[in-house]
Amino acid sequence: MFDELSARIADRRLMFNYVLKRILLLLPTFIGITIVSFGFVRVLPGDPVLLMAGERGLTDERYTALLKEFGYDRPIWEQYFEYLGNLLSGDLGNSLVTKKPVVEEFFTLFPATLELSFVAIFIAVCLGIPAGIIAASKRGSFIDQTLMGTALVGYSMPIFWWGLLLIIVFSGWLGWTPVSGRISLIYFFPQVTGFMLVDSLLSGQKGAFGSAVQHLILPSIVLATIPLAVIARQTRSAMLEVLGEDYVRTARAKGLSSFRVIGIHALRNAMIPVITVIGLSVGTLLAGAILTETIFSWPGIGKWMVDSIFRRDYPVVQSGLLLIAAVVMIVNLLVDMTYGLINPRICHD
Amino acid sequence: MKMRTLIAAGFAALMATSVQAKTLVYCSEGSPEGFDPALYTAGTTFNASSRPVYNRLVEFERGTTKTIPGLAESWTVSDDGLEYTFKLRAGVKFHSTDFFTPTRDFNADDVLFTFDRQRKEDDPWHKYVEGTAWEYFNGMDMPALIKDIVKVDDMTVKFILNKPESPTVANLAMDFASIVSKEYADKLAADGKQSDLNQAPVGTGPFQFVAYQKDAVIRYKANGDYWGGKQPIDDLVFAITTDNSVRMQKLKAGECHVAPYPNPADLADLKADANLTVMEAEGLNVGYLAYNTKVAPYDNAKVRKALNMAINKQAILDAVFEGAGAAAKNPIPPTMWSYDQSTVDDAYDPTAAKAALEAEGVTGLKMKIWAMPVARPYNPNARRMAELLQADYAAIGVEVEIVSYEWGEYLKLSKAEDRDGAVLLGWTGDNGDPDNFLSVLLSCSSVGGSNRAQWCNPEFDELVNKAKQVSDQSERTKLYEQAQVVFKREAPWATIAHSVVFMPMSKKVTGYKMDPLGSHRFDGVDIVE
Repeated sequence: MFDELSARIADRRLMFNYVLKRILLLLPTFIGITIVSFGFVRVLPGDPVLLMAGERGLTDERYTALLKEFGYDRPIWEQYFEYLGNLLSGDLGNSLVTKKPVVEEFFTLFPATLELSFVAIFIAVCLGIPAGIIAASKRGSFIDQTLMGTALVGYSMPIFWWGLLLIIVFSGWLGWTPVSGRISLIYFFPQVTGFMLVDSLLSGQKGAFGSAVQHLILPSIVLATIPLAVIARQTRSAMLEVLGEDYVRTARAKGLSSFRVIGIHALRNAMIPVITVIGLSVGTLLAGAILTETIFSWPGIGKWMVDSIFRRDYPVVQSGLLLIAAVVMIVNLLVDMTYGLINPRICHD
Repeated sequence: MKMRTLIAAGFAALMATSVQAKTLVYCSEGSPEGFDPALYTAGTTFNASSRPVYNRLVEFERGTTKTIPGLAESWTVSDDGLEYTFKLRAGVKFHSTDFFTPTRDFNADDVLFTFDRQRKEDDPWHKYVEGTAWEYFNGMDMPALIKDIVKVDDMTVKFILNKPESPTVANLAMDFASIVSKEYADKLAADGKQSDLNQAPVGTGPFQFVAYQKDAVIRYKANGDYWGGKQPIDDLVFAITTDNSVRMQKLKAGECHVAPYPNPADLADLKADANLTVMEAEGLNVGYLAYNTKVAPYDNAKVRKALNMAINKQAILDAVFEGAGAAAKNPIPPTMWSYDQSTVDDAYDPTAAKAALEAEGVTGLKMKIWAMPVARPYNPNARRMAELLQADYAAIGVEVEIVSYEWGEYLKLSKAEDRDGAVLLGWTGDNGDPDNFLSVLLSCSSVGGSNRAQWCNPEFDELVNKAKQVSDQSERTKLYEQAQVVFKREAPWATIAHSVVFMPMSKKVTGYKMDPLGSHRFDGVDIVE
């Protein structure tokens, strides 16, 4: 009894140390990201002042005056350290275009991306893992080949084309789903959480939740397509590896049902690489739902970043990238921590 | 089918929530940058801010570039052309919204506030948000033009100019001149919320702002107290839909009533749709190839003329504009007053072009053509256009190298007076005045700036400057016609095309007028079931 307790305490301490170490490691990564995100947009030719003036152009005097006004005439290292100083005091700057704080814009748009990504990952996991398991357990069969062939098609699908095709078929021809947007325009309520599924319920307006779900269908299918294919293929190969292990043979020899062998003994071990893939997919989705957001007029952060890069909106690009990187790092940290929960033999030392 | 019925029923409910309420949904092509039009230069921003929410002293009549009284009932110009006195309209109310209730009507203080914040560096509102540049006001040279703005009495304002300038009235109809409420600004200053002037606008316009959900939806409702009378529709909704194809799908599915900028490839399909109408109008723009007239052999008008004759404009219209363009023969578009109909364009004749070049002793010519890296209304695909020009010039023995730069760099480098090569560029009119093309793009004072041909012709310059100082439009027309003759003779540019703008909309929409200035306005528009 006492031994068990002390082992648990030791385990927790190990976990705590591990998390602390990982968080400390995030700091240099973070500084690295500030340098990259700050430098990235500045090495691009052109600047926000020139783009603002357009075809009309500016006189050289006015150009110089505006550069000075924005503080872009100073040496780049000086600008960087000022940016870093502002970051440390919690000021991520204001957009040059909308003149609003970057943080405010991020948190207005981020829930839309998060909601879409969660639903997409949910679809990808719910369909991808069973598909991978079935394919592995029926290795070489027609079902296996069909599933993996479909996954390969999904993986290779050009997203823009796929999204438009679904809109034309399901919204245009069949009229089953709305073309784009997050909710029907007849519903109008204040943004509380930013998650349309939640806000529509909170609004109490009849039919609002259903409309939000309808609007999520096509974009989440499009966004789920690639992760679904990756998860299915990853699950299949991980399962195949595990199914050949001695302990699985032992379990079968004990006379356990196929369901128990695969569902309990094999799956748990096969899940480690799959979880890694899911974690990476979440990161990619959060940062990279750009095409899906563009097609479905989804007001998220992917499109926001791209627009800002085109406009050379320096504060948005540098701080926006930083915020997105922070989210991705946190997700990855959480994923790493779940390894231990799934397979206690993995020790975070 | 059941689902389709449900969705259709939803939108039908939106578009006629009750018998009284009529909602017009406009699928706009992008998000507004903000709602204070004086801070910006983009049409998308103006469509969402200045056009529905605000008024100006002078307005453009719907569907024309003619200026008509707006918040100024009338105006007079002094004999020397230096003083413009505006008599303001009485009884005009600013919007009453959830966030502001006006206690007084529009008056001269609002006019002074609107312009003083842009022109006076010591005005407390001059830098009310970070990075305020008032770029349009400055770009139109207003600081150099306006000497002072004086409040004569509560309902009279006088603009005193440094020099006579006929386009002044048209300038005051532009978006940067939208009249902002001083009372609202004072309230925001007192609350320490100055930046809300750019987020929650209050104007006197036909629609009042209700809410904006970033990158998704903007909602307005008709201004019940509008001095021009209440609008036929009750609510106006902008559903932001950036992808052209998706926007057209929404229109076809009945999710919006009006959707701008279709892909040329979708036009046939849209025109065939029994529920839709596709309106079209020539855009107030010109796409051109500007030679550097300061560099040999392009300093010779005969050489420039010869090169112009080698260009197959029809091939460009077919391949680059996909039918959505018209060949340009003058530097101003045909919808603009003073357009010279009698101009004869350079005929496409490669043989004559080659002979003309040889006659000037130009052989084995190598030149650069600059291709813009972005699509603009006056040139949807500059790279493709440059390739076609390259082929045309190859046919007369001129070897072309195509160069390009990032857009900001392109605009900057193309201004250089010693620039190597001819530049593809264009212009979209700001105020419907020919001066806005001829003076901005071709006058001696614009050399090294927006005059990309670096062309300074005293005869042309004198005509354009004279036209600026005359207020009689028929007299100005004659001067501009003469200027176009000089332009055609001297050929500083190859004028290539004016775009054609298409506007597909539901047949239920009535009263919509295509704006030659390119904005999308919904005042006076109705929906019939």
